[in-house]
Amino acid sequence: MAELLVWPALLAYGEAALAYAGELRGPGLSGRLAVWGVRLGWIAQTGLLVVQALRADGFPWGTWAGALNLFVWLVVGAYLVWGCNARFRLLGLLVMPPAAALLLASWLGGGTDSGRGVHSGLVLGLHVGLTLAGLAGLSVAGGMAALYLWEERRLKRRDSRLFRLRVPPLDALDRLGARTAAVSLALLSGGIVLGLARLRAGAFDAAMAVTLGLWLLVAALLVLRHETGLRGRRAAALLVTVLALVAVVLPITHFAS
Amino acid sequence: MKLALVGISHHRAPVELRERVAVDLDGAAALARSLADGCEAVVLSTCNRTELYLAANEARDLDARGTAALLELAAERGDEVAPVLYRLGDESAALHLFRVAAGLDSMVPGEGEILGQVRTAYEAGAPGPLLDRLFRQALHAGRRARLETAIGESPASVPAAAAALAKQVFDDLGGRAVVLVGAGKTSELTARNLVSRGARVVAVANRTVEHARELARSVRAQAAGLDELPALVRAADVVVASTSAPGFVLRVHELEAALRARRGRPLLFVDLAVPRDVDPALAAFDGCFVYDVDDLEAVVAASLVGRRGEAVRAERIVAAEAERFREWQASLEVVPAIASLRARAEEIRAAELAKAEGRLERLPESERRLVESVTAQIVNKLLHLPTVRLKEAAAGADGHVYADVVRHLFGLEDEGRKP
Repeated sequence: MAELLVWPALLAYGEAALAYAGELRGPGLSGRLAVWGVRLGWIAQTGLLVVQALRADGFPWGTWAGALNLFVWLVVGAYLVWGCNARFRLLGLLVMPPAAALLLASWLGGGTDSGRGVHSGLVLGLHVGLTLAGLAGLSVAGGMAALYLWEERRLKRRDSRLFRLRVPPLDALDRLGARTAAVSLALLSGGIVLGLARLRAGAFDAAMAVTLGLWLLVAALLVLRHETGLRGRRAAALLVTVLALVAVVLPITHFAS
Repeated sequence: MKLALVGISHHRAPVELRERVAVDLDGAAALARSLADGCEAVVLSTCNRTELYLAANEARDLDARGTAALLELAAERGDEVAPVLYRLGDESAALHLFRVAAGLDSMVPGEGEILGQVRTAYEAGAPGPLLDRLFRQALHAGRRARLETAIGESPASVPAAAAALAKQVFDDLGGRAVVLVGAGKTSELTARNLVSRGARVVAVANRTVEHARELARSVRAQAAGLDELPALVRAADVVVASTSAPGFVLRVHELEAALRARRGRPLLFVDLAVPRDVDPALAAFDGCFVYDVDDLEAVVAASLVGRRGEAVRAERIVAAEAERFREWQASLEVVPAIASLRARAEEIRAAELAKAEGRLERLPESERRLVESVTAQIVNKLLHLPTVRLKEAAAGADGHVYADVVRHLFGLEDEGRKP
């Protein structure tokens, strides 16, 4: 059953990734095909996760490949919140190709199989789920910030073909990026608190330190934004740094086992 | 049913002729009502065109009625108007309206106002079944062209380019603060374009404050001197500059502190002056974007090239919609034959049931209903395929032949002649 759902999800994400590339030529059919690819792929992957949860005799995403599977689902879910809006379609070009590649990696690593699970208890499951959700949200926020920097660069260079591509306005990217980061920080906080609650004495390691460092960076960014009105290129650069850190933190913390 | 279009547009007629036959919305509604005696009528009148769309069962005098109405509007210049009128019928008329609604017949391809004007004309007109369908589908085609292509997305004039840039930076312009530097006509035009999208002019700064007051009053802003620029720039979102000063008016060393205090909050400088008013070095500050008149004209030129490219895609959408309309209109030819055929079949079924009434009376009510239902189903199933085939044939060129054959085979013309 799980195999039957992996392929539709992979195919739909792959189709979406290709169709988003077609959207670069101008808005139209390819954009709509891309959005439907994301929707259908996400539904198929949701079904896959449900099947895995029902069949596993423990936490089904405890391995690196399983965590990757869950992470991809969370990233695409976070993207779906705005991605279907025509203005934000181009963000799909940043999200869907990596999502399709990571799901493929998860499948190759056995993360989409059903029946296996890690005996870990509810707290660890919640810790992993919340942490991954937080990191997935931060990835999407980082993607928006990357798009911000790219669009800002085009505006600075006074690119005469600025309106040929439907890129979201800078202010919208800035606002939504910050909002996504705030929600992600709350989720990550929950994950960290649960992780610390079950931490054995002396078990604090480098991965946890990096995760806490990431949390502090995002918290500082949001506080600076609120208190000093930090906006624009610097705020976006900080969020891209967060994205880079997520790329470092994830393999160490959740995909290493 | 037949469709006719009589019109005059910017393609063949100069403005001095177009203005003779132009009517406002009330005039268009009144003209449509007066033309709708025995037919359907919608009058579309904009600055680029006045077009009369007429539909009736017979096409005999539709062209003549439309032409007469336009010549009457032209009054003493009727002789000049008559040669530039165009007349289209059925498919060509529908395709023309779909192109108009999509902005493909406009001076600037994809211009946005025309879709609203088509809707207003339709709502003010006197449409019947054919024009109702035609205009609804035209609006749909116009929306599709704008949604599925980028034909209407890029700006087509310098003020529109400035406003589009501001939207690309700020998203919603509602409440955004605009500062005008210089009280000239150019900055006023650009400011009005921004204001129409929700921005508000907070100040008009000029070397001579007195000169700024008049424009400031008209846009409900404060008048200020150039020495107040650092404070104004610090609070502004968009600065539009168009003074006649020989050198830069907005310089780095004067604005540096104000720009640093903004902490990266976006600020768009639109420099419409020649020589330029805004030091291009200001673009080095975080969040600052500087566009001069050459940049804006380059944006417009690229937009127009893009629009023409998108127009090719929009033409395909419009052609597909026109084909759908043609098929629908052609199906109207066979609708009377289908209706007669079904009426004839129902008549036979009812007559046969009436003949068997004596025997059916003895059946319980539920079984009598069953007989009714079964006979109705047989009739429907027998007629389903011929109905579908007739409609398919109607979409081609020989729909009327099929309709005649059906009438002949089932004696429907005789039925039709019965009172």
